[in-house]
Amino acid sequence: MSKEILLKAENVTKSYAGVHALRSASFELRAGEIHALIGENGAGKSTFIKIITGAVSYDGGEIEIGGNSITENSPAFAKTLGVAAIYQQPALFPELTVAENIAIGQEKTGLFGLVNWKKRRQTAAELLARVGAKINPETFAGELSMPQQQLVEIARALGANAKILILDEPTASLSEEDTNNLFRVIRELRTGGVGMIYISHRLEELPEIADRVTVLRDGETIETREMSEVSRQELIRLMVGREISAIYPKQKVETGESIFELRNFSSRSAGIKNINLNVRAGEIVGVAGLVGAGRTELAKTIFGLETVDGGEILVRGKSIRIGHPSEAVEFGIAYLPEDRRKHGVILEFPISSNITLASLKILSGFGGMNFRREKEVAAEYTERLGVKTLSIHNSVSTLSGGNQQKVALSRWLMTKPSVLILDEPTQGIDVGAKSEIHQLMTELALQGVAILMISSELPEILGMSDRIAVMSGGTIVKILDRAEATQDAILSIALGHFENGKANGTAAS
Amino acid sequence: MNFNRYKREISALLAYIVLLLVVGVSAPSFFSGGNLRDLVINNAPILLIAIGMTLVILVGEIDISVGSQFAVCSIAAGFLAKTGMPMPLLFVCLVLLGGLMGAVNGLLVGWLRLPSIIVTLAMLVAWRDLLRWTTEGAWVQNLPDDFQWFGLGQTAGEILIVAITLVIFVAFAWILKNLNVGRAVYAVGSDTEAARLAGIKSPNIVFGVFAVMGALVGIAALLNAVRFTAIPGNAGIGFELKAVAAVVVGGAAITGGRGTLVGTLIGVALLGTIGTALTFLGINPFWEKAIQGAIILAALVSDVALGRLESARK
Repeated sequence: MSKEILLKAENVTKSYAGVHALRSASFELRAGEIHALIGENGAGKSTFIKIITGAVSYDGGEIEIGGNSITENSPAFAKTLGVAAIYQQPALFPELTVAENIAIGQEKTGLFGLVNWKKRRQTAAELLARVGAKINPETFAGELSMPQQQLVEIARALGANAKILILDEPTASLSEEDTNNLFRVIRELRTGGVGMIYISHRLEELPEIADRVTVLRDGETIETREMSEVSRQELIRLMVGREISAIYPKQKVETGESIFELRNFSSRSAGIKNINLNVRAGEIVGVAGLVGAGRTELAKTIFGLETVDGGEILVRGKSIRIGHPSEAVEFGIAYLPEDRRKHGVILEFPISSNITLASLKILSGFGGMNFRREKEVAAEYTERLGVKTLSIHNSVSTLSGGNQQKVALSRWLMTKPSVLILDEPTQGIDVGAKSEIHQLMTELALQGVAILMISSELPEILGMSDRIAVMSGGTIVKILDRAEATQDAILSIALGHFENGKANGTAAS
Repeated sequence: MNFNRYKREISALLAYIVLLLVVGVSAPSFFSGGNLRDLVINNAPILLIAIGMTLVILVGEIDISVGSQFAVCSIAAGFLAKTGMPMPLLFVCLVLLGGLMGAVNGLLVGWLRLPSIIVTLAMLVAWRDLLRWTTEGAWVQNLPDDFQWFGLGQTAGEILIVAITLVIFVAFAWILKNLNVGRAVYAVGSDTEAARLAGIKSPNIVFGVFAVMGALVGIAALLNAVRFTAIPGNAGIGFELKAVAAVVVGGAAITGGRGTLVGTLIGVALLGTIGTALTFLGINPFWEKAIQGAIILAALVSDVALGRLESARK
């Protein structure tokens, strides 16, 4: 292996608002190599890719592309260096033709930007032929199937003379036939000297396609190995391989009656099917799974944000229907959404109004809203949850991530829920706030609240849950007891579906 | 008083004070009782419409059909008055008629989720042409005397018009601050999805806001119609611009979620004063629109500048 080195990254670091996404990522890509990059959710794969493609800057370390040291990267600059990325969801313009999509941003036009249509079609046809796609360049991209769109993206990358091709879970929603076809195309590209970074959760397909593999964990490169010398078990061990370092304030709680139950719960629009699950009073049920397994979709469907097609929800044994979040709130269900910055809080609102937003009815009487009561309640919750702020009248945008999350949580605690659904409750917040939120979860459990906690962080799942529902492909594959759950077991089940899925051709689509 | 939170309203107020000072120094006759009275009376209907527009803009929508709604309501007021309908009943009828037209917008925007700019553009054309087709552009004349008692130079009538407008203004300012729906209006405008996740029924809020907008247009049309001997078929042209401009000048964010009725009052006063002030300053009144346009742009630019300043401080 003495081929030219296309990309060399050493000890790259990156943090977002004080949270480390990458601690020390090192990676090397040679010409004519398919180099797999694997890791758990949140291991730093996406951040690393974003740095290479110039979407985000990096804080420290060194990156060389094509022998040049890169300090100031940008998407346009990365493109001139021959970097191209293809994501799981193709990013073509659906209203433009295939030829136009391929030409965008890379075609030299004539005087006044005049388009040479004949040449454009010809180029597109040639590129499509190179990737073995039988697609008419005149078709609108929106009319193509997903695998076809992927091939068009690869053709576009080739048209831009890409030397480094990043494939981010390209096979996640492909059938076996389409996968094989894709593999054939990328093997040909490898022969042609293109270097490829291949990201995939389907560990079993790696021996078939990858030359080397690099494992990222918690933002650090753990190891780079020859693919032929490493087993699947070893890879899982490398991906997980950490001790549960943080101490979780989990207490043994006597669980009571089943408060919340799902029976054959399905939603086509959300992509979830046949969910069976119950949560008892005082119990914390963790929901684990890979990105795209349908965890957030499940929570949204329960909360009335997606249409339910089948099955039922039971609260305290009674079957209920939820058509809108306001109805869910009335049944005592609260949902702390995944991305608090997006929709968990209203950033421009003061802390006090954010806390009371879901319980306005409690605060108002004949004379309008009781502002004194609102102030009292807001002060009570900010104190109870330890929200660090000078005044409850400050807007939430002035708070740190952890404190914003506490405000979002306060809002739901104020509704006195009996069922609390937490979606990534501690994602991207500092260690201190994280531990406070865990402490609070324990208190709530002691008070008899049934908690459903979605998390991508396995230590959190293992540390806080009484039982763990592992999701994959839109359904719960297995429910593990706290005693029998290990990181290996969860990851193995979560990944397992992909293998089964692939065998019978019904992958996560 | 939180200066920071109301800095946009305060800047508009300062601008207004500067304008009044300039006029006061160079043309003191502007401050004659008669002139000020005319100013207030003329702008009362605009203020009513701007109140509704503030609500609509607060939820992140826009209603440009108010001018046409105003025309329909004005003509309807004239015809109903000629049937001998007593004033209080006439008032109720116009609230309902305006509310109904607003509800059509609310239905399309709130529940069918169509873009408000297009829906109300269609309604702007539709109501106006429906009116043209039915009345053939005719004015409503020979209005009964008791209809005009309110307007035509009667001091008592003028006081009543101003009083009704002020009561409505205070009522809505109170509602926005003190009732759940007021809070919900701001929440929907700030982040519709977050409001939905908090259990607020955004479509109902949007529907309600448009219906209220229509009802206020109905009242504005009635209070305007009683002041003249005849009602023109082309009443209310350009009112949507005046209302939107006043709201924006008053510091509301056109994207929703931020703004106050006090700001809108200042906006209406500022834009309403300019036209008359120009005459008193001896400037060609043709400049009025250009200057109004400049003020709106200045409001937007300062809004963006203030926003940048805020985020830079963080």
